[in-house]
Amino acid sequence: MSVLVIAEHNNGALSPATRNAVTAGAQLGEVTLLVAGEGCQGVADEAAALNGVAKVLLCDDANYGQGLAEPLAALLASIGSAYSHLLASATTFGKNLMPRVAALLDVAQLSEVIEVVDADTFKRPIYAGNAIATVRSADAIKVLTIRGTAFAPAEAAGDAAPVEPLSPVNGDPVSRFVSRNLTASDRPDLTTARVVVSGGRGVGSQENFALLEQLADKLGGAVGASRAAVDAKFISNDYQVGQTGKIVAPDIYIAVGISGAIQHLAGMKESKVIVAINKDEDAPIFEVADYGLVSDLFEVLPELTASLD
Amino acid sequence: MEREIMEFDVVIVGAGPAGLSAAIRLRQLAQQQNHELSVCVLEKGSEIGAHILSGAVFESRALDELLPEWQSQGAPLDTPVSEDKVMLFTGPESALRMPSMLAPRTMHNEGNYIVSLGNLCRWLGEKAEQAGVDIFAGYPAAELLINDAGQVEGVITGDMGRGKDGEEKAGFEPGIELRGRYTLFAEGCRGHLGRQLIERYQLDADCDPQHYGLGIKELWQVEPDKHQPGLVVHGAGWPLSESGASGGSFLYHAADGQVALGLIVDLNYANPYLSPFEEFQRFKQHPEIRRVLERGKRLSYGARAIAKGGLNALPRQHFPGGLLLGCDAGTLNFAKIKGAHTAMKSGMLAAETVFEALSGNEPADRDLKRYADAVGNSWLYDELYRGRNFGPALHRFGIMAGGSFNFIDQNLFRGKLPLTLHDRTADYTTLKPIDQCRPIEYPKPDGVISFDRLSSVFIANVSHEEDQPCHLTLNNPELAITVNLADYDAPEQRYCPAGVYEILHDGAEGKPRLQINAANCLHCKTCDIKDPSRNIVWRTPEGGGGPSYPNM
Amino acid sequence: MKILVCVKRVVDANVKISVKADGSGVDLANLKMAMNPFDEIAVEEAVRLRESGKADEGVAVSLGKSACQETLRTALAMGLDRAILVESGEELQPLAVAKLLAEVVKQEKPDLIIMGKQAIDDDNNQTGQMLAALLGWGQGTFVSQVVLNEGEVEVTREIDGGLETLALPLPAVVTADLRLNEPRYVKLPNIMKAKKKPLEVITPADLGVDIRPRLEILKVEEPPKRSGGIKVADVAELVDKLRNEARVL
Repeated sequence: MSVLVIAEHNNGALSPATRNAVTAGAQLGEVTLLVAGEGCQGVADEAAALNGVAKVLLCDDANYGQGLAEPLAALLASIGSAYSHLLASATTFGKNLMPRVAALLDVAQLSEVIEVVDADTFKRPIYAGNAIATVRSADAIKVLTIRGTAFAPAEAAGDAAPVEPLSPVNGDPVSRFVSRNLTASDRPDLTTARVVVSGGRGVGSQENFALLEQLADKLGGAVGASRAAVDAKFISNDYQVGQTGKIVAPDIYIAVGISGAIQHLAGMKESKVIVAINKDEDAPIFEVADYGLVSDLFEVLPELTASLD
Repeated sequence: MEREIMEFDVVIVGAGPAGLSAAIRLRQLAQQQNHELSVCVLEKGSEIGAHILSGAVFESRALDELLPEWQSQGAPLDTPVSEDKVMLFTGPESALRMPSMLAPRTMHNEGNYIVSLGNLCRWLGEKAEQAGVDIFAGYPAAELLINDAGQVEGVITGDMGRGKDGEEKAGFEPGIELRGRYTLFAEGCRGHLGRQLIERYQLDADCDPQHYGLGIKELWQVEPDKHQPGLVVHGAGWPLSESGASGGSFLYHAADGQVALGLIVDLNYANPYLSPFEEFQRFKQHPEIRRVLERGKRLSYGARAIAKGGLNALPRQHFPGGLLLGCDAGTLNFAKIKGAHTAMKSGMLAAETVFEALSGNEPADRDLKRYADAVGNSWLYDELYRGRNFGPALHRFGIMAGGSFNFIDQNLFRGKLPLTLHDRTADYTTLKPIDQCRPIEYPKPDGVISFDRLSSVFIANVSHEEDQPCHLTLNNPELAITVNLADYDAPEQRYCPAGVYEILHDGAEGKPRLQINAANCLHCKTCDIKDPSRNIVWRTPEGGGGPSYPNM
Repeated sequence: MKILVCVKRVVDANVKISVKADGSGVDLANLKMAMNPFDEIAVEEAVRLRESGKADEGVAVSLGKSACQETLRTALAMGLDRAILVESGEELQPLAVAKLLAEVVKQEKPDLIIMGKQAIDDDNNQTGQMLAALLGWGQGTFVSQVVLNEGEVEVTREIDGGLETLALPLPAVVTADLRLNEPRYVKLPNIMKAKKKPLEVITPADLGVDIRPRLEILKVEEPPKRSGGIKVADVAELVDKLRNEARVL
């Protein structure tokens, strides 16, 4: 099995999600990592040091500088048949690119893979994670996007893999890059934040939400809320997490004073680690929390915030 | 407000058995007689069947008349009843099976079918569309359209895109006027327009008050060796007997390894601490029920009020410009615990009456008094007449003596015992103040057989646009605290099967307030019926809102 | 200017699905179906371009069972002009759908194709990109803003961590994200009008496309239930666990 993982980067640094894709790739065979970009030698060197990477292909060309799908897909289609598997992370970058690659190679694509069963068989969520499908591909080349939270990130190893240059190819008529505007706000967007601190009716008032904001700011996270907190007008409905609100899947979800009705769980159960702080030890939220703390949130939150200094 | 107008010959409100049967019959008559006739059906659910919830054991008599070819046309009547059981639950662990010959004759179901009434309505909807009916699902009839002469001229559909405080949001679309030469109301039990019509035209001037039950139902997938397709089990007694309430339970073995079960709680109960939802959850723990459900999976949940007053409580059904049909009026046959076939018949008779009027035989005041005769001369009336004492006997004499009366009345006299029992106490008046009642301790749900409200509502697929005016309105918000909470410990917290009402103490100085979680509402109408202050009024939420029941 | 909008009929977003006991799939019997919400956004965008005079025809396409006609009627009621159903009872996977659409495109010759970024049943997020590849057109995925200029369309894309703006030469494929617009309420009279709009039904065979599936679903199961973890005694233990056990701090 020969596996090509497509690196996601900004020409300066490798995106963390690529490390998870490398881990998935290493379960399938020897991983070659493709770094295509403009002035991205540093990324190639960074990638070469990752555990599980046997070789890095570096294609340095102005055409690939903005990570646009059309030229990248043409490049991948030109070299893809040499590999049994083509992988990218299931980020907006990977999801934009890989179906285009698959179609050019006349093969199917598998999105958001969460488990490698064997070389042809993979598990992936459908119906917003409410069912898991085990899917077998009959195609010679498997084109996959990898859900990062399902695979550990590949760590940097001591030995660097060799970096080989790859020539660019002429692609389709290219869409033109105009601008990119990355949010640099202090508090990240709820749906993409790595940490979410969410409050429920137990928070008690609009003013008390400041305690959650302080903790969120300390963790570089976003603030969320249950419907009960929104209904009680503690916070606006933009912050609502749950069935009728936003669906989030951060690395850490801290549920504060939230009872944990199923409607709320539907919006956060995919979180990697769930922490529950509630003074009612029978609250259903403890049935799904990895770490539960039965205590008064007004004592716990300031202490938790302070202990993260 | 300037509203767009659409005109039809007949506007029908509600795509349940009554409304759809009326629509189909109208188009059949029009086609037979080569008559131009436009018929539309408005349905508040997001699709036909989305809000339909029933047991259901179905008697095909009306369907045989309406669509005699139903068997070859794939009507979803897949499971003929194979066995009837009537159980008396005598306690949390004990039950007696009533010998079949002692069960009231009306409780025998040979020749009937176990169905999903929702799926039957979906099928009837297809037949209606094929017959040329325009069906608009997701469009509630919000208001009556009444002319200066006091005649109903149609309905106004709900506005779409109003915010919490009634303001017009971006994309706001005002409701439109749907005008019909006749308007048929078939909203089901306690229709919110039906309620207005009954009041406005004093349709209930000469009848007993309507009596209601709250039916709570779940659908389960059970283990194959516990499934006996066609088995119908009806029960009475525990757990309601413990609190002096009445009602009955059902458990039907339907197709595909599924079992439908439920508890109907009569809404004339007295103890405000009673919680129909928790009574049902407790009922499932009875060994007779639990053994069927164990290792099974709960698929769906829902609740709906039923109008069970029968003939004695049946209001006048005609008024200028329209008719009140099916459970919107109260045509359910309580002796049989069946309302679908009678609702269908009431719709078919309405269609025939309206068609006659539209064929040139129209009364000047557009009041179709002839409908009363059409009903009176039909098997619908005969059925309701025979069953008229069934409910009142149980209310008056209790389950044992009332049951005996019903045995004599139904089995020996075939419902023709020459006396009529009345029950003139309206359900909203029966609650006793808390100082006269004992609180009821309900067991905690185990998450296996019994569940809490919110996880139940979750599988009813309830959705409502969150930013809209609350569709559960209070005539006087203060009464919720000064009367309902003070005298009855806010019974809406317990009788609502969806957890819509909560008393919270988060106001200034911890003062209690009534929180209304309208987005959970299953449209069962119990609050509109049972509120002791008659303070809660159910109105139509934005179109498409409510449960989305599959296979219920 | 002609816009082609692709719509899929899926289980309604408000309905909870359940996995069949035998693991063969998801039980869809008698569930409410509806237009894929992202496709609804795509239809709305096309209708707005149509109403603003920037486009003069909007055509809806769906692929699947006969019941998809209902979904197409919804698109027509929202304001598109006509509809095409590629009717097939077979399972259609994204690559097959893209190939079928590519043939429809050859006949219809649209200037712009809009569809939802993904369907909420299979969650594939592939068809738009595949179609663009097969046609050799530019693609703008996860789009939250569309501006039509002379000979090109400028799209704002919702990418991880922010927004990106691209200019695509026409013809092009655009896939809609949630914030592109808020679909309108369908007015009753428009439902009546939609019944009279043309709806053409063709088959995959008419288009000469091989639709055999490439992927086989071996099993569908419920996701593993999250179970409760441990209770910690205090903040110090919580921080310790998050740092040293879960390694998320």
